[in-house]
Amino acid sequence: MRRRRKKEKMEKVMEMEKDTFILGGKEFTSRFILGSGKYSMELIRAAVEEAGAQIITLAVRRTNTKQGENILDYIPEHVTLLPNTSGARNAEEAVRIARMSRELGCGDFVKVEIMKDSKYLLPDNHETVRATEILAAEGFVVLPYMYPDLYTARDLVRAGAAAVMPLASPIGSNKGLATREFIRILIEEIDVPVIVDAGIGRPSQACEAMEMGAAAIMANTAIATAGDIPLMAGAFRKAIEAGRAAYLSGLGRVLERGAAASDPLTGFLRD
Amino acid sequence: MENEFLVDAETLGEEALLKKHRLERDPSARTDPTAYMEGMEVLASDIRDKVLGEMESYDPSRYTQEDVRRALQKEDCSIEDFKALLSPAAEPLLEELAQRAKRETGKHFGNTVYIFTPLYIANYCENYCVYCGYNCYNDIVRKRLTMEEMEKEMKIISDSGIEEILLLTGESRRMSDVDYIGEACKLAARYFRNVGLEIYPVNVEDYRYLHQCGADYVTVFQETYDLKQYEKLHLLGHKRVFPYRFDAQERAILGGMRGVAASALLGLSDFRKDALASALHIYYLQRKYPHAEYSLSCPRLRPIANNEGIHPVDVHETQLCQILCAYRIFLPYVGITVSSREQKHFRDGIVRIAATKVSAGVSTGVGDHEEKYTGEQEQEGGGEQFEIADVRSLNAMYQDIVREGLQPVLNEYVYV
Repeated sequence: MRRRRKKEKMEKVMEMEKDTFILGGKEFTSRFILGSGKYSMELIRAAVEEAGAQIITLAVRRTNTKQGENILDYIPEHVTLLPNTSGARNAEEAVRIARMSRELGCGDFVKVEIMKDSKYLLPDNHETVRATEILAAEGFVVLPYMYPDLYTARDLVRAGAAAVMPLASPIGSNKGLATREFIRILIEEIDVPVIVDAGIGRPSQACEAMEMGAAAIMANTAIATAGDIPLMAGAFRKAIEAGRAAYLSGLGRVLERGAAASDPLTGFLRD
Repeated sequence: MENEFLVDAETLGEEALLKKHRLERDPSARTDPTAYMEGMEVLASDIRDKVLGEMESYDPSRYTQEDVRRALQKEDCSIEDFKALLSPAAEPLLEELAQRAKRETGKHFGNTVYIFTPLYIANYCENYCVYCGYNCYNDIVRKRLTMEEMEKEMKIISDSGIEEILLLTGESRRMSDVDYIGEACKLAARYFRNVGLEIYPVNVEDYRYLHQCGADYVTVFQETYDLKQYEKLHLLGHKRVFPYRFDAQERAILGGMRGVAASALLGLSDFRKDALASALHIYYLQRKYPHAEYSLSCPRLRPIANNEGIHPVDVHETQLCQILCAYRIFLPYVGITVSSREQKHFRDGIVRIAATKVSAGVSTGVGDHEEKYTGEQEQEGGGEQFEIADVRSLNAMYQDIVREGLQPVLNEYVYV
């Protein structure tokens, strides 16, 4: 009996260890996608290490620089680049920026970001679907940043998206899972990985999204504005791992109203 | 102490002096500042009325420290809250304003500070703005760079590492016409990643052309939003037309420019009202054109050639800091540029709180970057628009920003 339990436990651990997710044919064990904007390049390497991140986003417009300190020099080689199209205001601009990224040698991954609002930087779902169609057809691994709308998510999957990246709350707001219920629906209904992006301000919020079954978390501002960037990157890693383990293990029962009745209402049934 | 702006250059002829004095002394000799001149496009826009309406009813003395505290506690800063933050009642709470402003800056911009340099390509001017070194009655060396001279300057600036340039001209449609500026943009686009313009206001079609030439950002300063005062300070030329200037940003956006900047020149009129109007100008533009990018500047009056005494009256550093904190809290997503009109200690301090962009390696003269960057000079440069207060090179500025724990950024932009 004890041996069997031990064996089961071992299997669980093994399962955790091979718990990976796949994007564009690449397998990733880390479920933490790190942003690279908003903080200094020297800290990027430390943040990547502490975060254990295997994917790092970077703005193509940021690599469009001739300064000596190119951001690409600071990103470790084993890390997959996820260039984003920030600065694009419609599908055509996003497509142009994505192609530019490929020419710059940033690979085939692209995070489509299309914003037509300079205040809240909310994504334009319609333009995002259009850009995803074009880029997926050109062989890009497209990860669209989106407002969590079920129909859009389905359209994106049909258009060839490798994952969908719904926002938790507005970029930089650190407000956490304001769109919780809608993200839950996407996780339930959408078959590609759902990566929660934008607005995650604390490790606990990242943990909660992972408990819900998100495939990964993308965070930038929360880490960039922390007092100790590498320390916060490490805190996020642990929170994401904890949330994932909780999801895999199956969350325990949470009693919503009062305690469980000791006299069940259905106790009268005789068969 | 009020400013004494009026100076008679010795080189002016009798007739010119006569005209100048009439403009200065006799309001009836001046044109109606609200009447458009021939060729000026009229936009049907309600932004001006909204901004001026709010400004006119603003009484800064009405606000109390309680109002300021309430504004600071709220998550979203309303126009009323912003008015409180700009009021004298907020001055004793400046540190609290700064703390809040710093948080907002961090959320939207992280630790980044952008660096750019302005390049004055011509200083001919047809306006008589009494406080400006380029005004048509001021005795300065006038110059318009040829394409060869311009390219030489651009090479020198580009070699220093600068990637964002702001091209400036005096306001002469004759001596620096749109075609000339367009050629300058095309040239600049070869040497720099990001090209902005600070030129006289033009029509939508002209902005569209300049955008096609490679420019994507337009800065126009209204100088003062107080029409009565505006009329007394801008005595001659197309700049005298207040509404045409006011609508410049809107025309630039309609012409396809990605971003626009605005500001009053602080010290010309009631600075609190002008600061309110500057921010509301941007606020209402953003509501109407949410896709565009916006930024605010905060120039204060500076001494000019032949008038060393010009000063920003009652806008001291404390007031300027208060204005910038209030801007940041009211418009957290807007860029804030602090120019070399301010001294090193102020710029170093304010980038930690609210500013997101600073200039470096600045000359406000025409064609003298070679001299300033390399110490060599082939020919005499054109006169300066105003005296700068921070002469740091790009390299010095870069290192100082790093020392403040921030990240200097030379470019984060692609032309699409």
